[in-house]
Amino acid sequence: MTRKTSLTMESNQSNQHNSLLASEADSQRTLYPYVTGTSVVAIKYKDGILMASDMGGSYGSTLRYKSVERIKPVGKHSLLGASGEISDFQEILRYLDELILYDNMWDDGNSLGPKEVHSYLTRVMYNRRNKFNPLWNSLILGGVKNGHKYLGMVSMIGVNFEDDHVATGFGNHLARPILRDEWHENLSFEDGVKLLEKCMRVLLYRDRSAINKLQIAKITEEGVTVSQPYSLKTFWGFSAFQNPTVGAEGSWWVVVRWVRPNPDQKKLRRPPLLLPLILPPRSPQLAANLDA
Amino acid sequence: MDLGKVNLDAPHSMGTTIIGVTYNGGVVLGADSRTSTGVYVANRASDKITQLTDNVFVCRSGSAADSQIVSDYVRYFLHQHTIQLGQPATVKVAANLVRLLAYNNKNMLQTGMIVGGWDKYEGGKIYGVPLGGTIIEQPFSIGGSGSSYLYGFFDQAWKEGMTKDEAEQLVVKAVSLAIARDGASGGVVRTVIINSEGVTRNFYPGDKLPLWHEELEPHNSLLDILNSTSPEPMNI
Repeated sequence: MTRKTSLTMESNQSNQHNSLLASEADSQRTLYPYVTGTSVVAIKYKDGILMASDMGGSYGSTLRYKSVERIKPVGKHSLLGASGEISDFQEILRYLDELILYDNMWDDGNSLGPKEVHSYLTRVMYNRRNKFNPLWNSLILGGVKNGHKYLGMVSMIGVNFEDDHVATGFGNHLARPILRDEWHENLSFEDGVKLLEKCMRVLLYRDRSAINKLQIAKITEEGVTVSQPYSLKTFWGFSAFQNPTVGAEGSWWVVVRWVRPNPDQKKLRRPPLLLPLILPPRSPQLAANLDA
Repeated sequence: MDLGKVNLDAPHSMGTTIIGVTYNGGVVLGADSRTSTGVYVANRASDKITQLTDNVFVCRSGSAADSQIVSDYVRYFLHQHTIQLGQPATVKVAANLVRLLAYNNKNMLQTGMIVGGWDKYEGGKIYGVPLGGTIIEQPFSIGGSGSSYLYGFFDQAWKEGMTKDEAEQLVVKAVSLAIARDGASGGVVRTVIINSEGVTRNFYPGDKLPLWHEELEPHNSLLDILNSTSPEPMNI
């Protein structure tokens, strides 16, 4: 079996000129991701785009890296957020660096806007997919140019679209329903941030690969700002959380019905109060009395 | 143990525990020394901390063959780069060369590496290059199969701005803890300290490492125990 197996600095994944050998193709398809990032969520708001993601890089089920920046500025007018394989995201950033560099070297006063960058990324992702060697990422590209706000998404198989609010991964299932309900045109910065934080908090509760360290990035006509990393408060003080197994067969906790003191009383205006009363475990004094 | 089912020709793999830690002035790299071929320990005293240049070393884990060939290529490229540059290569350049090989050959390689060193521009730096070819700069990095047992330990024990001795002690303690629980790690603990003054290699033999839970003081023979104390030891 002849295989092109030499180690190279250039990608061994793109030597498909001679596609007659099936075995060559096998060694050149990306099979699975190793270090992955989870959801990215983004919305259009009054002045531009707001994008949020956590800073986790998971290695299978281990939350291995906790300071990975998954949102990066691209040129003057765009922000790129990515989920999926981090090494492929790093490679995409290098491709984009080259793209922006060449664009700048024309020195013609023009610069690539978010729509153009989104289009470029779509081509890259789709063409890699056609070679059965995808870049294992879901990308969100947002930006503002000449007053026009743009927000788009590209998946690892090249599916791409534009919308007022987008998300990757789990965010599609957990964040977008919230956004469909609560997003509206011309959100202020504060409202936008609060809306994104609401989404990120839900993701933190319900996505096992999420970590509590996130960044929110903003892009407007003026430029890009990526916030410093910060954590969100989480809420656990629900009475139902304290005693989730109340009343269940064999559980420690019992339910006691509150009985009327005088059952013969006929003068009733309302039916008897049936309040579940949760008893603590036997008190030490009671236990001592019973056990002695 | 059924010898019929054991693969005596299994690829040499370094189960391994590797660690790289920055401190106030440089870096400390540490590793165990076990190379296994399936269940057999092919080399009980291997050196997993490999030199790339005068000031940059790499800790190797995963497939022994893959990590060795990557180190050899990177050493070769760095040598030429140093000649052309006219001064020592930076840690960042070394780490990126490792990354290029790891990323572009990701379907064929199975090796995770930790690149650490000192240069005059950035001081001591540690870069992790896990499977897949991601590059990530970190104040400390752990890798290899033994590292699973150390995430909690480092979450608790790591602090910013340690001294050289504190950092080295932390590394030795950590590798020794991983060896205690990971069957694929064992042998001696090797450390390499790199700073502005140069490189120091240290060696901590297995019998000099601290003892952990359920581990006993080693003796030459039962007879020594019997002769030193009362007849009690023979009573069950």
